Amino acid sequence: MRLAILDSGHGFTTKALFAFIGAVSRQPVLDIIKLGKYRADFYGDPMQRVTQEAMRGPSAWSVGDRELMAALVAKTNSCEWCVKAHSAVAERAYGDKAKVSAVLFDLETAAIEEPLRATLRMLCKLSTEHSVDTDDMRAALAAGASRQQIEDALAVCFAFSTVNRLADAFGFFLPGPKAFEAGAKYLLARGYR
Amino acid sequence: MSDIRRAHKVLVTRILEGDGTASRAQRRGAFDNAGLAEPMQTLISKVARHACTVTDEDITAARASGLSEDQIFEMVVSAAVGQATRQYNTALAALDAATEKE
Repeated sequence: MRLAILDSGHGFTTKALFAFIGAVSRQPVLDIIKLGKYRADFYGDPMQRVTQEAMRGPSAWSVGDRELMAALVAKTNSCEWCVKAHSAVAERAYGDKAKVSAVLFDLETAAIEEPLRATLRMLCKLSTEHSVDTDDMRAALAAGASRQQIEDALAVCFAFSTVNRLADAFGFFLPGPKAFEAGAKYLLARGYR
Repeated sequence: MSDIRRAHKVLVTRILEGDGTASRAQRRGAFDNAGLAEPMQTLISKVARHACTVTDEDITAARASGLSEDQIFEMVVSAAVGQATRQYNTALAALDAATEKE
């Protein structure tokens, strides 16, 4: 990472936790965890509560749908690290690798429900153009997404609009697929706590 | 207020108004992507608009300008949360207008 404090500026207890995580998962500790645990009261702890609520709080969207939103927002923001991390979780949550690949390859031709497609389309526009208007919202509503579902999707988008930027700005190390697999397993079992 | 909006508010209040090594004005400038001195303005604009274009040199230049790593950390976090917040608020306002909610 570009800031040494994020790699090795943690306190003794946190470093011991990293050693434990590394031993149990047999994978290097992911940079997202190092970021979240560095001076956690400033960013990591309050952000964790936002992310847990957006990704695992009550919603008409499934966990797989929300992880897919995270992956597609990351793709739109050109954040390779987050695309890999969250497509791995979405694939596991859906039990369907092809569905996730199809959406990331071409949202318009993928075999998914129309409310989800229209919502994803709106999130991509928001991420690309940094703005959306009432017509974009009417289109998602007309496709069958409820007002609450759109609000829930915007919360997912908020979380990953933040995290994608930090992953790229701080230069997260991109590990191999096994590390993301281990991360995905953890996030499905435990959430973002 | 919904749980997510409350959690979002707590996050924004913490990074902007809580204790930090960067001044509140520096964190606010980064959050707003406005009014910062170079080289931070260049770095912060990239974080807000095209974070994937941030380079090692951008961070090196920020450090060389006299800022500590903790100050850079806080300002980059503020910039990311700030841009994401603007997008979130814009979209929620559009949703309110589309559903004619007061």
